[in-house]
Amino acid sequence: MTGRGLVVALPFLWLLLFFVVPFVIVLKISFSDIDLAIPPYKPLLEWIGKNSLAIKVNFNNYAFLFTDRLYVNAFLNSIKVAFISTVLCFVIGYPMAYGIARAKPATRNVMLLLVILPFWTSLLLRVYAWIGLLKANGVVNNILIWLGVIHEPLTLLYTPFAMYVGIVYSYLPFFILPMYANLEKMDWQLLEAAEDLGCRPWQAFYKITLPLSRNGILAGSMLVFIPAVGEFVIPALLGGPNALMIGRVLWDEFFSNRAWPVASAVAILLLILLVPFMMWYQSVQARESAGAR
Amino acid sequence: MTTSSGAVVKAQPWNDPTARPYVQVEHITKAFGDFKAVDDVSLKIYQGEIFCLLGASGCGKTTLLRMMGGFETPTSGKIFIDGEDMTSVPPYERPVNMMFQSYALFPHMNVEQNVAFGLKQDRVPKPEIQERVATMLDLVKLGDFAKRKPHQLSGGQRQRVALARSLVKRPKLLLLDEPLGALDKKLREHTQFELISLQDKLGVTFVVVTHDQEEAMTLASRIGVMNHGEIVQAGTPSEIYEFPNSKFVADFVGSVNMFEGKLIEDEPEYVRIGSEELGGTIYVSHGISAPPEAIVWAAVRPEKIFMSTEPPEGADNVVRGAVQDIAYLGDLSIYLVKLPTGKVVRVTQPNTSRHAEAITWDQQVYLSWDATSPVVVTR
Amino acid sequence: MNYRSSYFILTCLGFGFAFLYVPILSMVVFSFNASRLVTVWDAVNSPTLKWYYSLLNNEEILDAAWISLKVAVINASGSVILGTLAGFGLARFSQFRGRFTLNAMTTAPLVMPEVITGLSLLLLFVALEQLVGWPAGRGITTMTIGHMTFSMAYVTVIVNSRLATFDTALEEAAMDLGARPLKVFFVITLPIIFPAILSGWLLAFTLSWDDLVISSFTSGPGSSTLPMVVFSKVRLGVSPEINVLATITITVVTVMIVGVSLWMARAAKLDKAAA
Repeated sequence: MTGRGLVVALPFLWLLLFFVVPFVIVLKISFSDIDLAIPPYKPLLEWIGKNSLAIKVNFNNYAFLFTDRLYVNAFLNSIKVAFISTVLCFVIGYPMAYGIARAKPATRNVMLLLVILPFWTSLLLRVYAWIGLLKANGVVNNILIWLGVIHEPLTLLYTPFAMYVGIVYSYLPFFILPMYANLEKMDWQLLEAAEDLGCRPWQAFYKITLPLSRNGILAGSMLVFIPAVGEFVIPALLGGPNALMIGRVLWDEFFSNRAWPVASAVAILLLILLVPFMMWYQSVQARESAGAR
Repeated sequence: MTTSSGAVVKAQPWNDPTARPYVQVEHITKAFGDFKAVDDVSLKIYQGEIFCLLGASGCGKTTLLRMMGGFETPTSGKIFIDGEDMTSVPPYERPVNMMFQSYALFPHMNVEQNVAFGLKQDRVPKPEIQERVATMLDLVKLGDFAKRKPHQLSGGQRQRVALARSLVKRPKLLLLDEPLGALDKKLREHTQFELISLQDKLGVTFVVVTHDQEEAMTLASRIGVMNHGEIVQAGTPSEIYEFPNSKFVADFVGSVNMFEGKLIEDEPEYVRIGSEELGGTIYVSHGISAPPEAIVWAAVRPEKIFMSTEPPEGADNVVRGAVQDIAYLGDLSIYLVKLPTGKVVRVTQPNTSRHAEAITWDQQVYLSWDATSPVVVTR
Repeated sequence: MNYRSSYFILTCLGFGFAFLYVPILSMVVFSFNASRLVTVWDAVNSPTLKWYYSLLNNEEILDAAWISLKVAVINASGSVILGTLAGFGLARFSQFRGRFTLNAMTTAPLVMPEVITGLSLLLLFVALEQLVGWPAGRGITTMTIGHMTFSMAYVTVIVNSRLATFDTALEEAAMDLGARPLKVFFVITLPIIFPAILSGWLLAFTLSWDDLVISSFTSGPGSSTLPMVVFSKVRLGVSPEINVLATITITVVTVMIVGVSLWMARAAKLDKAAA
């Protein structure tokens, strides 16, 4: 049915050209040499003489990344930060989503609105807000000094602590919303049945609610973890020189050092790292929608 | 009141070899991979009939209906409507309309716009649309609700809108998918008769899909009982009920007592079946065709069994048992009687007297039935 | 649910919402602070509107806002078209060549770190320029293309999930009554899923309006968006004009969201009353 073909052809071709093909190019450039030219990389294929084509595949960029401690640390640190942030989002976000799912419809809508509102306000501006809160003469320090809890301002800004706060703050709605969507579908009578059969409330939660909400937890976690690994803005604004995240590394390599091949190699490695998680997310989503049908 | 389907029943076109069917289904099969939803079905449906496809869920009746409507293409076979091959004609080009189980009323249009939709697609001039829609709404008694939206209507009202919408185009054939499924019992009964009356007034041929055998019996001029994608038996309600051709049909339509046994005597005018389940023999006053020593089943309907506390005189078939359970339904009572062999027989008796002369639990009773009552089936 | 866990949940909710809103409220409060130090309250001269005047006369910010607006509107409109097509295809056509790929391509951008998408898009544009001469340099066009690529993924998900709960019998009924498939889409499907498409448009608009990373990679000289300007300012620390910008943004968003909710609630009430 060519009618059908036309419908999907447009988005398909668009994404193929502007989403998939670029990755191939990134891969290609990750194998090339840096060059003092515009663009700053040497071509991969070069004609030598009339009939010979030379392909120069340079593995240096990758070798460099694996051997230089800076990059290895940045990768590992990013995973660590993303993981801890995901756990924190779970700790804060799950009870919130639970509370919203169990609330009366009128209250529930208001609370959902309150969760969604920050989501529509610029992330950049909200992260910026934390600068004002955490800096040496910022709100937090001022209040603590005024309360007499401390006498010297604490160094809160440009620390890993600030970065964690920033990431959890920004990604919390991304955890709450899919978590809520999942909990909303729960049959609460299951808990009543469990209690009727002798289960205490916390046990019922642990044995019934938690396992049944597994898909929601996974979906929310993936929506936090995967983008957080490559997060740039928050480390750039709130993190100090010690909080090196791979997203920032990529940015600096690209904009500050003009080292496009190295930046490309970073991107490819980051992609390889994240693809298994993305596929896991896809399969969780597929399972959820198959269950719903 | 003579109904169109009543007139059709009198004429019995299905028994007339020269009559031309309005819908002819020829060896239709629909397969999804290895699974055959509809398996080599052939049917002839005549003009003015209310033909009911009856079966449990998953038997293929809805798939068959959808193929008549053009929403599924058969894997093999042909469908002829009014003599023309419509097998692969899309729904918007068929002279057939469908009433969906969920009613499928367009939520963003009001009742009037819903009903007018089909006429607009045919580019009928506006004044005529208005007139026909108004007439149809009056016919289904929704004249005052023209400007309401579907979510402002009750279930029964929505059903009538769906009906009006599918009939306003004056189709020759209307397909109905479980039309009364969502209505409560009283409303269902009332609507059943309304449907028949409507069909009669407009002279439309109906094909109805239902899993409710009472509904099929009430509505249909003929019933097609389906099981596993096949039509097991097609006939008038009384044919299906009184002359089932198989255990399945006997059991599916109404309740039945099935006695398994072997032929002892096999004559053209009568047979005698020896049944261990019964603990005796069954005398049936008509011949059957079956190989000797074949295993057969005698099906006896509960209302045809006579129950008494004294041994009945001159009865063809008698057996003794003890009343195990009683269900009082108001107009009749259902008795479950346990025979010495362990078999439980279901007997229904109308409560003709207001003073219950009480046959109670554990009472010893005699069950008897006429030689004409059993139907013998061989499969 | 028992008493004790009720308290626990309430505390979590309270803490959670406070956590979400304290930073936002602090920005609003300090936008009226006369002191350039933003967080040190100048009790003598505050509250003041001087930073509001300053912002509204700031050429750089106003130009950037205008560019952001243009890009966001074009992006939202284009993404809605592409996303609706893809969402419809994925929801309605159970089998077609490339279905798995299309599904993957529309879900990957949702979780992909923006630095990767941004980098890859820039490299594409550079390679294309070398190959065919287009696009000649980066600017609004390349930015819009970049935004559309990830925005349409969001719209696809929204449309797809809306269509999943859509009763296909409605489309079949329309066809049964004589409407051809294309007509059915425009007269039946589209009006009914319109709220989903509208929310897709708004989402795409917001994503584009707020986007920093992809814009930075795909923009050119003279096409700085608002987030890019804000970022360069806040890298150096706090700035009162940014607080003003935040307050204006928050007010607009709040008014819109509350307004839409009230409107929807009123529409629902009217519907009930008419019954």
